[in-house]
Amino acid sequence: MSKIILEVNDLSTKYITRNREDVYAVSDVSFKVEEGKSLGIAGESGCGKSTLALSLMGYYFAPLHYIKGDIIIDGKNIAKMKPDDVRKNILGTEIAYIPQAAMNALNPTRKIIKFIEDVIRAHDPKAKKKDIYDLARERFEVLNLAEDTLHKYAVELSGGMKQRTVIAVSTILSPKVLIADEPSSALDVTSQKAVIKMLHDLQDLGIIKSMIFITHELPLLYNVTDKIMVMYAAQLVETGTADQMIFDPLHPYSKGLMGSILVPEDGTRDVKLVAIPGTPPNLKAPPDGCRFAPRCKYATIECQVMSIPIKELENNRRCRCRFTEAELRRFYDEQ
Amino acid sequence: MTNNKRELCLSGTGVTKIFGFGNRKTVAVDHVDFNFYSGELISIVGESGSGKTTLIKMLLGLTSVTEGEIFFMGKKRDISSHEKKKEYWRGIQAIFQDPFSSYNIFSKIDSVLLDCIHMRGGRRLPKAKKIEMMREACSFVNLKFDEMTNKYPFELSGGQMQRLMIARVFLLKPKILLADEPTSMIDACSRATILDMLLKLRDEIGMTIIFITHDMGLAYYVSDTVYIMEKGKFVEFGTADEIILAPKAEYTKQLLDDIPKIHDPWEFSRNKKSTA
Repeated sequence: MSKIILEVNDLSTKYITRNREDVYAVSDVSFKVEEGKSLGIAGESGCGKSTLALSLMGYYFAPLHYIKGDIIIDGKNIAKMKPDDVRKNILGTEIAYIPQAAMNALNPTRKIIKFIEDVIRAHDPKAKKKDIYDLARERFEVLNLAEDTLHKYAVELSGGMKQRTVIAVSTILSPKVLIADEPSSALDVTSQKAVIKMLHDLQDLGIIKSMIFITHELPLLYNVTDKIMVMYAAQLVETGTADQMIFDPLHPYSKGLMGSILVPEDGTRDVKLVAIPGTPPNLKAPPDGCRFAPRCKYATIECQVMSIPIKELENNRRCRCRFTEAELRRFYDEQ
Repeated sequence: MTNNKRELCLSGTGVTKIFGFGNRKTVAVDHVDFNFYSGELISIVGESGSGKTTLIKMLLGLTSVTEGEIFFMGKKRDISSHEKKKEYWRGIQAIFQDPFSSYNIFSKIDSVLLDCIHMRGGRRLPKAKKIEMMREACSFVNLKFDEMTNKYPFELSGGQMQRLMIARVFLLKPKILLADEPTSMIDACSRATILDMLLKLRDEIGMTIIFITHDMGLAYYVSDTVYIMEKGKFVEFGTADEIILAPKAEYTKQLLDDIPKIHDPWEFSRNKKSTA
């Protein structure tokens, strides 16, 4: 087993609304990311994927609040650091974040090189202009971006180009972990492929060590990541390798989610799509029992009342279900 | 559904839309010809900016056609006056991408549905009959009518709103339904329900559905006929199997190649998996 780059233990965070109500958006999430590997997070909208990504940066600002848990990056626990220290010492060098509309983050009145200067100077105020330029040019070259992009304004670039530029700018300090929150869902398929290729290059070249990739598009997740983690109603419900999760999901929710994959490949037309009935629970007052129980067709009375911990299974999988692997497989076979 | 006798429902010759003029003109839709047959589900697939939505707006009569003719049920379409437009809209309806902005926020759900009954000329029907019709429409889309009556559309989830939109279409029973990316703003799990309902409209009522999407997988799953659109033109059309499994146009091949798949992953991700 290679070195662990990011370790998260029992992380819980909440939002406090204007009416002073608590919304528990991430509850007791624990996982590890190894060096050189990428982790995918899947789930429907509102399940806490993006909140988890924000929480992982250790940089909390209202309405997001930290409750408990550890975030250990390369041996350093950043969860209990002061926001200012996190901003100065962690963001950009240890961990970097790319939101979905990253391309809108570029100020239209400034050239791309200025953003790179800003990022570097925030960590090293005395950096020389020439050194910054050399670093930027070198980095753009290995990532197959034209050097003259550095002298352009954001409006002169296309959507896919802007997104790739933002990724190059935010990883200029070689962060250990890159969190990509739906970096390609606003793009066309052709630009999407270019963005994903670039993320792969970053990892292959060792510029970033590990990546956390968030998307609701499962075929894309399969192409990008080594491990996939499925979230439901702020909790982690199942983790496993990409192959296990896409072709052999265990948890009834993951099973439903993977059953909704539609790809333009032979056999897609013979698939019978099955929708999961119902809606996710209200996270202001999450239920005690299994959060998926009201929508699960295998649920029993016990599921509704018993609190269900996440269980370690064989071959490094984890699943949050009261039933054993054999029982679940029997349910699916009976169908 | 391939009938031996395919009846032409909506067709167009040389349909063009140009925005602006002179040096600044943009040709959004460029001399397209199409034949949409009754009772089929037709997908129009293209990337953003290819002119899909402009075409839909022209078909609906929301924007003018710069050049070319549109034929509806064998006759040349005439929407020159407001009355004629209203008449035309009895035969063609649409559901859009964003269900949240498709409703009047001040009217309750039952009045949304009641309007549809009135539009079909059911204004003088007894109240019990109207309620029965609304109940039938709700059950068609798996919504519970009794839970809906006193609610406003914004109290529903995105998937439920989109289903209510389909309930409207069920009451209006147009010949053609234009669906402009109806599933792109809702979750993968609710997506299946919406697709099933579109298929149900086709199979049970025999409605012609024109489905706009950028997702090849979706288009392949639902459609009888697929049109591929690039820069305002149709580059290729044919049955779903022909287009997806044996594409001829370069553009279609490129598009299919760039879509992430699960049985045939991208070359760089496959390498990664084999070395891992």
